[in-house]
Amino acid sequence: MHSDLPLLSLCIWLPILGGLWVIFAGSRVLDRAVKQDALILALATLALSLLLYRDFNAASATMQFAERYTWIDAFKIYYHIGIDGIALPLVLLTTFTTVIVVIAGWEVIEDRVNQYMGAFLILEGLMVGVFSALDSILFYVFWEAMLIPMFLIIGIWGGPRRVYATIKFFLYTFLGSVFMLVALLYLHAQAGSFALQDMQDVVLTLSEQKWIFIAFLLAFAVKVPMWPVHTWLPDAHVEAPTGGSVVLAAIMLKMGGYGFLRFSLPITPDAAAAFDWLMILLSLIAVVYIGFVALVQQDMKKLIAYSSISHMGFVTLGLFMMFDIHANTGNFQDAAMGVEGAMVQMISHGFISGAMFLCVGVLYDRMHSRMINDYGGVVNVMPRFAAFMMLFAMANAGLPATSGFVGEFLVIVSSFKANFWYAFLAATTLILGAAYTLWMYKRVVFGEIRNSHVAELTDITGRETLVLASLAVAVLALGIWPAPLLDVMHVSVEHLLEQVAQSKTSIAAYE
Amino acid sequence: MKDLCLAIVLAPLVGAIAAGLFGRALGRSGAHWITILSVGFSFAGSCLVFRDIVFSGVEPLNVVVYTWLVSGGVPFQIGFLIDQLTITMMTVVTFVSWMVHIYTIGYMHDDPGYQRFFSYISLFTFSMLMLVMANNFVQLFFGWEAVGVVSYLLIGFWFKRDSAIYANLKAFLVNRVGDFGFLLGIAAVLTYFGTLDYAQVFAKAPSLASTEITLWAGHDWSLLSVICLCLFVGAMGKSAQVPLHVWLPDSMEGPTPISALIHAATMVTAGIFMVARMSPLFELSTTALSVVLVIGSITTFFMGLLGLVQHDIKRVIAYSTLSQLGYMTVALGASAYAAAIFHLFTHAFFKALLFLAAGSVIIGMHHEQDMRKMGGLRRYMPITWITSVIGTLALTGFPGTAGFFSKDAIIEAVKLSHTPGAALGYWACLIGVFITSLYSFRLLFLVFHGRERMDHHTQEHLHESPAVVWIPLVALAIPSIVAGLIAAGPMLFDGYFGGSIVVHAEHNVLEHLGKHFHGAWAFVGHGFTQAPFWLAFAGAASAWFLYLHRPELPARIAGAFKPIHRILENKYGFDAFNDWFFAGGARGTGGVLWRWGDAGVIDGFLINGSAKMVAWCADAARQIQSGYLYHYAFAMILGLLALLGIFVHGVFA
Repeated sequence: MHSDLPLLSLCIWLPILGGLWVIFAGSRVLDRAVKQDALILALATLALSLLLYRDFNAASATMQFAERYTWIDAFKIYYHIGIDGIALPLVLLTTFTTVIVVIAGWEVIEDRVNQYMGAFLILEGLMVGVFSALDSILFYVFWEAMLIPMFLIIGIWGGPRRVYATIKFFLYTFLGSVFMLVALLYLHAQAGSFALQDMQDVVLTLSEQKWIFIAFLLAFAVKVPMWPVHTWLPDAHVEAPTGGSVVLAAIMLKMGGYGFLRFSLPITPDAAAAFDWLMILLSLIAVVYIGFVALVQQDMKKLIAYSSISHMGFVTLGLFMMFDIHANTGNFQDAAMGVEGAMVQMISHGFISGAMFLCVGVLYDRMHSRMINDYGGVVNVMPRFAAFMMLFAMANAGLPATSGFVGEFLVIVSSFKANFWYAFLAATTLILGAAYTLWMYKRVVFGEIRNSHVAELTDITGRETLVLASLAVAVLALGIWPAPLLDVMHVSVEHLLEQVAQSKTSIAAYE
Repeated sequence: MKDLCLAIVLAPLVGAIAAGLFGRALGRSGAHWITILSVGFSFAGSCLVFRDIVFSGVEPLNVVVYTWLVSGGVPFQIGFLIDQLTITMMTVVTFVSWMVHIYTIGYMHDDPGYQRFFSYISLFTFSMLMLVMANNFVQLFFGWEAVGVVSYLLIGFWFKRDSAIYANLKAFLVNRVGDFGFLLGIAAVLTYFGTLDYAQVFAKAPSLASTEITLWAGHDWSLLSVICLCLFVGAMGKSAQVPLHVWLPDSMEGPTPISALIHAATMVTAGIFMVARMSPLFELSTTALSVVLVIGSITTFFMGLLGLVQHDIKRVIAYSTLSQLGYMTVALGASAYAAAIFHLFTHAFFKALLFLAAGSVIIGMHHEQDMRKMGGLRRYMPITWITSVIGTLALTGFPGTAGFFSKDAIIEAVKLSHTPGAALGYWACLIGVFITSLYSFRLLFLVFHGRERMDHHTQEHLHESPAVVWIPLVALAIPSIVAGLIAAGPMLFDGYFGGSIVVHAEHNVLEHLGKHFHGAWAFVGHGFTQAPFWLAFAGAASAWFLYLHRPELPARIAGAFKPIHRILENKYGFDAFNDWFFAGGARGTGGVLWRWGDAGVIDGFLINGSAKMVAWCADAARQIQSGYLYHYAFAMILGLLALLGIFVHGVFA
């Protein structure tokens, strides 16, 4: 049953316009009213996105809830949006996370509350826009616009070195995106259209594809982030306010993975096949190298940031090992498990990293320190908090029955199909992930109360419990019964693999 | 039966959730009642299913409960395979767990974490049941990791103690090393079999027996050897085989009921169970069986020796557990799976008994665990003493006790085996009998006999533990005596396990052994004439001589063999090496990669370097734009001259 409302547009514009309204009207009302309005808007958007899930037809690979209007007629640029089984889970993750962030900022943010809440709502709409844009210019606009609220969130509500972090963040991501724009313009010249579909259909020689692939790679690799263009992330996370870290880790990092799925693989399949060794190499470096780096971090936020990079390595590994699997089995569909594993990993990482950052936020709000050595014995004074953090730490270490296991498991078992050594190196995360997460947990939470500041800590409030409990439910539900999430994406992933299987250069040679 | 099985699994989970989340509302007695009743229910249910499967000859149950997920066309499911092997494990697990629940009322009586403890042990029971009841590898892995986590939580139960939170992290990480191999094994199974369902995998295994895979160029490996070795790495972690044994002695930091339940009777036997479950795969790889045999032999012998130099009562029993797990592993390697499971079965009773008795002693001694400060306790704690004697006799294999049947079966089986390494296994097991007897009687004599060495205050307060503590001891002592007499014949030789264990004809040592088996009593009579009995007797006599008759001798012997004694005290240096190489190495690697790689090369050189480059260029360019007119005029003249020069040069050249 499809509703007649333009649901997808509502999911984009309700938070954006609502956010603007909160900023401008909110300066004249009480902070409490501002927060309530923001919460209502976030919940309404979440409800709308759940309608998307209800009405979504998982048996179809076509873009659903599509809307198409002329935007700039002269250049044939359209306001064209729609989602498939790959975008839908990411949209849901975005709307869910925003609600969490609004509630999490409830009592913590005292300065310019209306702007803070407004920025997150606008960011939400822009991110949903990125996941649903079907016109490449529209995509690019959402993609770049998204940087602005995030830049402000870190720059205004961030920590002491926020200026260094924001500039690093902005330059890194902006530099990457510029290359993407060049690639899009070149593709427009070839395809005669900015429509994503046309770009996916256009015939390109291998060298053309390689240049385009590299341009896309610069944009997406920074966002994921892949080694060695990851160093902006720890700095950005450390300086960002808790809400900013949550959105950054939970959603913005997924933009990179989504870009590979939506642009690199279907538009330049032959180049992706040619460069797959590089992508796999960088992914495995992320898993292993960054795992070691995470181990020695003294700052909890940095540790979780590095752990994010390591976990995102599974996403890129899951995506780019399809060519090796194809070489071994002769069938691209055998790679479906890896791609779906990558997708699940993105969603799950959204929940878990968000939860971990919220846990650090809970401590930071009380002690104003992120340093592991300032803590110790937190469980004695915050038993409820300790229980939640235990769950999330275990999920971060990939424990079965939590969401953290599902993606890693699917990627590791299917990487064996590509190459034993991929599986071998990827599986080291079982040890490294447990080591850095639980070692941190041990030093922060277990033990005797370390100092008088820890002794004065109070356990989590009702609001904090609500936030952490919602994420705990999500992490467990996805771990115990991930089938509904995977069922949504099967057909779309199959479609993607069909597109990748169709070499563009062979068509070029034929014509 | 499916519904009953579901109820058996879920009851402890319900108990765990109730005691864990609503512990404060339920209160102490509410928490222990709900968990004890739920685990008791599971035990009763297991008995019913046991009757159906074993006595009524009902077909094994293999059902899907729900589909966890489908990916790439492969369904990953949660389901049950209830056959003779499973139901044996279920009954043992629920019984021992039930006893430990009851015992805990007494042992944890004064602990502030009372409800939390009951929640954990019920959760453990749930996890362990999920593990043994699985009909596929995914669920096996679920249970496998879940018991690991509960073990982690329980070792660190007293989270204020530094030693406890060190031990639990160590236990989890060492287990993760095993899981690393285990997961690779599962990945290999999925890749080559296309399914993770036991029945389908086992059916397909013979057709892949000669498949070879290339791990690195020029070296082909038998697929099944790779799979079995990877899976066995997992078993080495959980079942604490050398060199992944290092976590088990430290796990004694957990409360004693846990040492009995998790670190002796059930969880640590998961690896043994898993290999037995995978017998259709292991039977196809002699290489893997041989490795299993050798690792088991090493563990049996060398870990037993360490039991001789420990002073902490729990650690002696922990090393004994390691050594006994080695026996089981040897049996697996010799393809005597039934003997391994049978030893697992009897060991669960007598080792849980020994641990709980040690716990009873520890309560009596006001949490003193050093045996040098005990002695003469039999006068104060008669029930604990008698049950400990029974446990010790069973452990050392006194003819007629449960341990006698299972251990002798292993020794006889490995003697007949032709798998490479069998001779090593035989001698390790045989000498192991002497060592077992020596450290077991040493413990018994040091704790219960001789003169009282505790301080006056403790001695005054010594008395037998309360009924909730000693009733489980008695309940475990009974099967420690009779389990062998009743079960040895059927479990070892009469096809008790049916189709749940597969043994190839040329490996089938138990069948060979069965030809000489003429009933349990005859076996007992025969036992008195055999080497193991005399070795055990010699061990007991030596212990008597060294620790009761001439108690000054052990110190002199230790002095005379100082280098060997030091090696044993340092536990062969495994811990020191791991701390230095793995823990230190990982931190060092991380530090180098971070400071040189991330901060140095990437940020310092590439990122900030390029930023500095931009700044430097801008700086240089700014120098030129000085704003003085004569600078610009001078530059223009220079430029003009240069252009003129080029022009003139072009014309005349």
